[in-house]
Amino acid sequence: MSVADFAFYAFGFIILVSGLMTVASKNPVHSVLWLIATFLGATGLFVLLGAEFLAMLLMIVYVGAVAVLFLFVVMMLDVDFATLKGGLAEYLPIGLLIGVILLMELGMIFGVWQFADGAEAARAAITPNIGEIHNTAALGQIIFDDYILIFQLSGLILLVAMIGAIVLTMRHRPNIKRQNVVAQMHRDPAKAMELKDIKPGQGL
Amino acid sequence: MDELLRNYLPLVIFLGLAIALGLVFIVAAAVLAVRNPDPEKNSAYECGFNAFDDARMKFDVRFYLVAILFIIFDLEIAFLFPWAVAFKDVGLIGFWSMMVFLAVLTIGFAYEWKKGALEWE
Amino acid sequence: MIEFFTTTNLGIALLILGQSLLIVVPLLVALAFLLWGDRKVWAAVQLRKGPNVVGAFGLLQSFADFVKYILKEIVIPDGADRFVFLLAPMITFVLAMMAWAVIPFNEGWVLADINVAILFVFAVSSLEVYGVIMGGWASNSKYPFLGALRSAAQMISYEVSLGLIIIGIIISTGSMNFGDIVMAQEGPGGALNWYWIPHFPMVFLFLISSMAETNRPPFDLPEAESELVAGYQVEYSSTPFLLYMIGEYVAIVLMCALISILFFGGWLSPVAAIPDSIFWLLGKIVFFFFIFAMTKAIVPRYRYDQLMRIGWKVFLPMSLAWVVLVAFFAQYGAFWGTYARWAVGGG
Repeated sequence: MSVADFAFYAFGFIILVSGLMTVASKNPVHSVLWLIATFLGATGLFVLLGAEFLAMLLMIVYVGAVAVLFLFVVMMLDVDFATLKGGLAEYLPIGLLIGVILLMELGMIFGVWQFADGAEAARAAITPNIGEIHNTAALGQIIFDDYILIFQLSGLILLVAMIGAIVLTMRHRPNIKRQNVVAQMHRDPAKAMELKDIKPGQGL
Repeated sequence: MDELLRNYLPLVIFLGLAIALGLVFIVAAAVLAVRNPDPEKNSAYECGFNAFDDARMKFDVRFYLVAILFIIFDLEIAFLFPWAVAFKDVGLIGFWSMMVFLAVLTIGFAYEWKKGALEWE
Repeated sequence: MIEFFTTTNLGIALLILGQSLLIVVPLLVALAFLLWGDRKVWAAVQLRKGPNVVGAFGLLQSFADFVKYILKEIVIPDGADRFVFLLAPMITFVLAMMAWAVIPFNEGWVLADINVAILFVFAVSSLEVYGVIMGGWASNSKYPFLGALRSAAQMISYEVSLGLIIIGIIISTGSMNFGDIVMAQEGPGGALNWYWIPHFPMVFLFLISSMAETNRPPFDLPEAESELVAGYQVEYSSTPFLLYMIGEYVAIVLMCALISILFFGGWLSPVAAIPDSIFWLLGKIVFFFFIFAMTKAIVPRYRYDQLMRIGWKVFLPMSLAWVVLVAFFAQYGAFWGTYARWAVGGG
């Protein structure tokens, strides 16, 4: 067994075990931590495939950002997961059914999938030669030009996500003192206070 | 061994070394130091008061919003990386397509700003 | 003998292990003295003497502290999640160390010469938030929990601008390899050829963002002692606390190294006549560490809403605008190609 094979099985083992633990953990925060271990295992597999950029992206986006959000949500919701787990027996048949259907679909795809005659050539025509240039640059050369529509659509999806997040979560609380920094910086003594010359014994 | 894997092998070995070192530190203290727990010492620190509530409480939804906005900008940066690396090869179309992408996200950013999502209160 | 280390699997592994030790051991020893220097700088600013008992000028103070940490009891609070509680400082420590595997110390002196080195450092520093969140959550105590939340929001906010600043450098170089980035700054002009001139405003943005990213004063809100006692570290003692502290300082030194490599030419010498060497890089790192120490001594702590405002409303738009500006300069060859040095990197 070569080093690469060994690494493949090691990462595969990590993914399987931590995936299983993600589902099986009693504590939701532990589940998220196991999920992170799963992502890290997948990072290793990407590196073995030579997809360095995707590997690092998986780490930055999924582990560094998405899982942080998961952790926030799990910590914030404060749901009593013990009672939720109680419904396990109830949903088990449906879950199993969905699992079996998915498995059958996967089997059908692998069994009957056929490529069109020109597909291989069409794909090769726009893919830069991986042997010559580095994989990040190869991605860069095709995403922004050949796949411009998909790229722009993903930009729009991000925009929708941004607006959606704000619409769903923004609650402006009234009666809160806010700092207006610009106004604060452009204050000067002349505008802020008025000097009065008070003669002794007179008052205002 | 594959050239690529040869470059990544040091990372794995370095990781192992760092984990080993960290474990040595923790185990050293566990072995060498006294262990003398008592209920007062092991209770959560709250400036001398007894803890009267579970510490893991609900918190402001704002943290959640910050995390979502961070994901979106992180993805934007993720798109920028290959573009920056292939900058000299992407040509004018690639250049302007990224500018349009950034403009779309700047609209979102302006919306956030106007809505006050970036304000902490 | 040499064949053993370059051809057989075991030999290669042993060689790499030796190289790793060559990075880790000097790094930790240097850290002990940097910590001492840090304390001496604050002491000098506050007209005190600072550590001066252990060894000449107190030089061995950090080693004495180390022994003391090891001899202290590890206190784990009753309600704590024991495994996660001990895992959290380990994560902080391991991640902070990991990034050093891709830092080049001289031409070709790099442990893991991967093409996506910058991305790797960026990824590792984006994971560092876990050490903080997990520590705060596992303690099951209120101050750590609040500190961890604050810290997490702070770290992710400043990561965006760090990423955008890095993009500007990559546009100029056309490569994500640190070696390429340093070599792109080489030229007859010496220091005038480095990126700090073309990317001038970003030097400051990077410096300040890296202070916020490493929870360093004036942005040490997660551990603001006047509000949160010590933030996520409240319940930690003994070596777990030591691991947090080492991790924090290693991350700070890493940020100093990044500034030196990205903007100040890494191991290149500022004057063309003097040869380049590793000592230039080390000197630059120590210089920026001094700046970090001085900032801690001089600048008062920020308020949390001000911190988030700077991150999202000042740094993010500025760094984004800078990326666009650099892209235009590079695309249209402004400033005699200063912004487009692709001959070295070559994608």
